[in-house]
Amino acid sequence: MLTHAWIIPLIPALSFVAILAVGKKLPRGGSEIGIASVTICFVLALTVAAGWIGRVNDPPHEADHATTEHSVEGEGHATEGEGTAVEGEGEHGAAAEGPTFAKAPATKVAADEGEGEAGGEEEHHVTPPVQRNISWFQTDGHEIKVGTLIDGLSTLMLVVVTFISLLVHVFSTDYVAGDRRYTHYFAFLSLFTASMLFFVIADNTLQMIVGWELVGLCSFGLIGHWWEEKPNSDAALKAFLTNRVGDIGLLCGMIILYFAAGKTFDTVTINTMANEGAIRHFLLLVASLSLITAVMSKSGQFILHTWLPDAMAGPTPVSALIHAATMVVAGIFMVARLYGVFFHGLSIGTANINALAVVGAVTLLFGGLLAFVQSDIKKVLAYSTVSQLGYMVMALGVGAWTAAIFHLFTHAIFKACLFLGSGSLAHHIHSFDMKKDMGGMRKTMPKTYLTFLLGTAALVAIPPFAGFWSKDEILAGAQQLGGGGNGYPLMLIMGTLGAAVTGAYMMRAIWYVFFGEPRGKSAEHELHENGPRIVVPLLILGVGSVIAGFVNIPAFGFLPEGLTLRFEHFVEPTAGYFPEISHPEFNLVLAIISTLVGVSGVAIAYAWYWKGVGLHGLTERNKFAKAGYRVLESKYGLDILYTDVIAGSFKGPIARGANWVNQNVIDGVVNLVGTTARKSGELVYRRIDQGVVDTVVNGSGTFAEGSGQLLRRQQNGKVQFYGAYLFIGAAVLAALIIAIA
Amino acid sequence: MYLNQFLMLAAVLFSVGVYGVIARKNGVMVLMSIELILNAVNINLVAFAAMNGALAGQVFALFVIAVAAAEVGVGLAIVLAIFRNYKTVDIDEVDLMKG
Repeated sequence: MLTHAWIIPLIPALSFVAILAVGKKLPRGGSEIGIASVTICFVLALTVAAGWIGRVNDPPHEADHATTEHSVEGEGHATEGEGTAVEGEGEHGAAAEGPTFAKAPATKVAADEGEGEAGGEEEHHVTPPVQRNISWFQTDGHEIKVGTLIDGLSTLMLVVVTFISLLVHVFSTDYVAGDRRYTHYFAFLSLFTASMLFFVIADNTLQMIVGWELVGLCSFGLIGHWWEEKPNSDAALKAFLTNRVGDIGLLCGMIILYFAAGKTFDTVTINTMANEGAIRHFLLLVASLSLITAVMSKSGQFILHTWLPDAMAGPTPVSALIHAATMVVAGIFMVARLYGVFFHGLSIGTANINALAVVGAVTLLFGGLLAFVQSDIKKVLAYSTVSQLGYMVMALGVGAWTAAIFHLFTHAIFKACLFLGSGSLAHHIHSFDMKKDMGGMRKTMPKTYLTFLLGTAALVAIPPFAGFWSKDEILAGAQQLGGGGNGYPLMLIMGTLGAAVTGAYMMRAIWYVFFGEPRGKSAEHELHENGPRIVVPLLILGVGSVIAGFVNIPAFGFLPEGLTLRFEHFVEPTAGYFPEISHPEFNLVLAIISTLVGVSGVAIAYAWYWKGVGLHGLTERNKFAKAGYRVLESKYGLDILYTDVIAGSFKGPIARGANWVNQNVIDGVVNLVGTTARKSGELVYRRIDQGVVDTVVNGSGTFAEGSGQLLRRQQNGKVQFYGAYLFIGAAVLAALIIAIA
Repeated sequence: MYLNQFLMLAAVLFSVGVYGVIARKNGVMVLMSIELILNAVNINLVAFAAMNGALAGQVFALFVIAVAAAEVGVGLAIVLAIFRNYKTVDIDEVDLMKG
């Protein structure tokens, strides 16, 4: 299965076509096709995961060098390795250090690679990734390939994407039931799943760009699902256009890497070369900075995050799937996939501050603060997502690769839980406004309340819920990694403060939604818990929020090795395309401090809302507090900056200036050109056209007619005349031949 | 027996045939004149074949006879069709192709 992972994205892609083709005629409007395909994908993803775990536990042996080449063709033995049995025959196909990396016309780097690994890896076994590719097209002797790269990271993403997608599909069958574009909705979900899976198993940057744009397209389509309402289509456009800004960076970065790595798109080669110092540091730095722009737009990092909260205009399950769990982590995934480039380009291992870490730290704090002034529960969650993505980016920035991916994993689960929970709350009242339309819902919707609490506990990082383990690892990374063992102090402080902010805004949301008296629409409606198709996914995700953290539990000195740090063991690549990073140790003091800070945020919010303690109405009385509130409410003025200053300056002065230039300069030129053209046209018409050309044309017509009249006499229709001409002609020819000969 | 005697005969026959094709008004006579031309060719073929001692010319002559039979079959059918439509076999009357 590891070599046949390309089947996984193919299934939802076919499902997309099938739903569009026949979905409307089916009793359930095509949703059954979508659910079936995603279920198959999920099972296949689990098979891949099982295969990968088997591969890590029993790494392929180096002795198989000779037999490895056929993995390039992807045929032969490789096909026999099915499912979990990959250690056997199938393994040979993609096994063994050197040739696997080299794949196809072996690059010099790959050859060195094989030796380097065979030598120095005694302690932890090297598990080479399973790479398989085929020629897509050749141009100018240069070969462009497509293929799949299966390692711990892509395996994890396969499982996460298919798992969340499956639950979201099930949830959606109830949530968007009776929708005017029900079939269309499921088709897009399938397309999104296919694109995301395509993206995560890509083995080259070209394929990644394609997947990246495809998920962006699906995001656009699904945000604007109810496009009849103007704000929704505006939000879709905003998401699309903001992402375009980052895409420029993506393209620039990928092109730089393409040339820097000797004209190859292959991620393994690029990373390996970066690790070995075969690419100049300056090029790596520029490529990293360009790619950070892409991360900022796709993963909603500060100053380009503005599209993400607006993207909540889409249906809630879409928000859970695309704008919380999967698509927005594409940027994180891209950095993780090209970590060799970032690690060396930004000197992550030796610096104490770098661009990636700063972007992440700023985002996690400032994004979190914005959640305080939102009254729409989905927007609270959206800013929370921005903030948590900031944690991931920061973790990558400080060098805590595993912590970032681990947080990606736990966040996907608990944030999907929270988003689907908000969907469940709003299913009957059709409103997400916490202040106006919710309140007291813990009694009417007990199961949603329970799962929401579990998700919140995981998000706020209360031990032993999922978020605690991952967030703690990030903070430990910020404390211990970096140059000289001094860590990234600024990132540590901001990350810890972010924990308090997280606790406080989530408690605020819980207060408004679940406590107090029902207000607005929740008071008008007879509320009750939703049906099983909504509740069951919530419960599954709720349980996941509790237990997901244990997959990477630190040893604490007494747990057996087979239980601890399993996530790191299986997901983190060990082969030469991954930089040698150090791992933070679990630090009890830090864990206690960060938990206390997080809980203090919760406690303050509890005192503020439940007990009424504190300076309520401060924002009305105090000038500074009011100003601060305004700044948050206007989202740091970024929207104003984008729409009024940047776009507005185009619309206003620049547009007027352009109009003036247009009217006076360009029009003048155009008119002059037009007049001249007309004048000379008239001249040409009178003199040349009428005088010369017409005479010639008429003359040739007259000539043709005259000669026609002359010749038509010969065409008298009498066969014998034709025969006579024939014989005369033949006689003349014969006479000529005789004369010449 | 010289070759030129046969060639002279063939040339005379050919000229008679050409005259018939061009000058006769009766369609049937025209067809018969075409037969004369073909037979002039046959005489040439056979004469040259006899001179060279090769059989190819005689084989060609046989082919020409067979094709001529087919040609006459088609030709007579056309003449018959003309007669049905025009009540005459005078091919001067048939000038639909007049330009």
